[in-house]
Amino acid sequence: MRLLLAYSLRNLRTRKITTALTAGGMALVLFVFAAVLMLDSGLKQTLVSTGEDANAIFVRRSAEVEIQSMVDRRQAGIIESQPEVLLGSDGAPVVSKEVVVLIALPRQGSGQTSNIVTRGVGAAVLTLRPKIHIAKGRMFRPGSNEIMIGGALVGRFTGLQEGSTLRFAQRDWQVVGQFDAGGSGFDSEIWGDNAQFMQAFRRDAYSSVVVRLASRAGFNSIKARLESDRRLTVEAKREGVFYEEQSRLMSGFIQILGVTLSVLFSVGAVIGATITMYAAVASRKREIGALRALGFRRSSILVAFLAEAMLLGMVGWVVGLSLASLMMLVKVTTLNWASLSELAFRFVLTPGIVLQSLCFAIVMGFLGGFLPALRASRMKIVDALRAN
Amino acid sequence: MSILPRTGAASGADVLIALRHVSKSYRRGGQIIPVVSDITFDIRRAEFLALMGPSGSGKSTLLNLIAGIDTPDGGSITMGGADITRLPEAELADWRAANVGFIFQFYNLMPVLTALENVELPLTLTRLGRRDRRERALLALDLVGLSDRVRHFPSELSGGQQQRVAIARAIVTDPTVLVADEPTGDLDRQSAEDVLAIMQRLNREMGKTIVMVTHDRRAAEHARSIMQLEKGELSQRVELPHD
Ligand SMILES: Nc1ncnc2c1ncn2[C@@H]1O[C@H](COP(=O)(O)OP(=O)(O)O)[C@@H](O)[C@H]1O
Ligand SMILES: [Mg+2]
Repeated sequence: MRLLLAYSLRNLRTRKITTALTAGGMALVLFVFAAVLMLDSGLKQTLVSTGEDANAIFVRRSAEVEIQSMVDRRQAGIIESQPEVLLGSDGAPVVSKEVVVLIALPRQGSGQTSNIVTRGVGAAVLTLRPKIHIAKGRMFRPGSNEIMIGGALVGRFTGLQEGSTLRFAQRDWQVVGQFDAGGSGFDSEIWGDNAQFMQAFRRDAYSSVVVRLASRAGFNSIKARLESDRRLTVEAKREGVFYEEQSRLMSGFIQILGVTLSVLFSVGAVIGATITMYAAVASRKREIGALRALGFRRSSILVAFLAEAMLLGMVGWVVGLSLASLMMLVKVTTLNWASLSELAFRFVLTPGIVLQSLCFAIVMGFLGGFLPALRASRMKIVDALRAN
Repeated sequence: MSILPRTGAASGADVLIALRHVSKSYRRGGQIIPVVSDITFDIRRAEFLALMGPSGSGKSTLLNLIAGIDTPDGGSITMGGADITRLPEAELADWRAANVGFIFQFYNLMPVLTALENVELPLTLTRLGRRDRRERALLALDLVGLSDRVRHFPSELSGGQQQRVAIARAIVTDPTVLVADEPTGDLDRQSAEDVLAIMQRLNREMGKTIVMVTHDRRAAEHARSIMQLEKGELSQRVELPHD
């Protein structure tokens, strides 16, 4: 078996140019395939990491995203006084009553505008979301017109940096700090004082209320109690789940698009492999005849040529995946369909993608090699030996 | 060297391969071309038989039938009592692996494998472990005088050397019969002599049964007996006296 495998591998190495061209076609397909999956996993990772499982988010019932949601002050008061909510060192509940509004800002360079999420948050927001820390400058002072910006915004929007002044909602806002949310969706947001934002945007209700739970297990009881409370019109979700659900629609679309594209492209690559392998079989008829004469069965010939084609696919896999992994250096922004705002994220290569693309490569090789291998295995020995 | 006619009939006891009423024809463009017709003869154990005849007389066809890489239209070919013409495809392959060693006119070595690997190849069809395979392949290469060329690829060897590798490959499994189709057809005189000398030694010293197709009288004279094939029919066997 080892020798027959060496036979297949060395035959690929012998015809370097055809191998390179054929494997190159497969590499291209695998690049697209892996890159799309990496895009998807990067997006998912960004959105999912936005939420914390120890937090519960309350939004208006059946509001899928925060900009559709309204939670009035009275309801917010009830939510934050529940026993499951963690109390801070000052004895106050760790809660952030948030107001989320989209604003349009001019993008760096092109001057076209894009939507950005502005989020009015409570003073305890950094206790609530411990993964977020101030990277530059400082936290805004509660009750002031100071704001902080997420790290992913820097350089993407005109004049958006620490120390600058930003105008929106008919007011001037002082950018006093920049925060790092670890590549999550918050990194593409502007944060300020919730009371100030409500005034400026003329809102009288919050978009959501986020509380830190004293224990994760407390979620079920607070959810059950508040969702059945007649005074309230809210729905509770774990924050992690809330953001993961937001990613589903986009993720589903990307996956379907990516897989469809890859499969379409792969038809070309498979045909290329078929042509290459047919040529290989035709030029090695006498070898095939000799192998059969020596006592190798038809099935061994089939396996040897299939192996050769699958190895060809694996060469394409190595090249395609190497190229795709370079995409991890690229940072991309896209419109978050759920919030209709811009979202920055990276391509993320996961072990799952490595494995899936390998399977794809092997399947392409198999399909491309099947008919030629079948022809090789079906040749009559005497005819094969008479070939020149 | 003179050729003296002797009896061509084999005595029953030492018959290795028995052909009975074997015929084979090929179809070409709707026309049926008979190649061998109703051939009956025996190949004796430890015989070195040369099959001679003009080009196109059916020598290769007959040899291919004996070697089990082609099947006759009629008749039987038995070896050790078993009729190989009745074996299904896969079993016939196993039978060849165990019983037949092939030497082709154009060597038919695998170009991407070294001499050693080429010789080792048929042993991968046996139960031998890797180390034993290696050892036997080296032994076979030593027997054909190529111990110093084991790591060479076929393209790095002369025609004569390639044919010697092919002989090593043919004998490494210790087959019951060696079949050779024009083994010297592509070689210069000296290389041909070397190859024939090795085959002669295999026959005389190791008792290998060899069937060799050739149209070259000088090559045939290295055998112990000669049969002529003409228009699909076989002549009487002629025994060659050797020293
Ligand atoms: N596989 C085949 N298909 C069709 N015709 C064949 C085939 N093999 C041999 N023949 C024909 O059978 C005849 C005998 O061929 P062959 O046995 O190769 O002769 P030799 O080896 O004596 O030169 C030739 O006419 C040849 O063309
Ligand atoms: Mg011939």
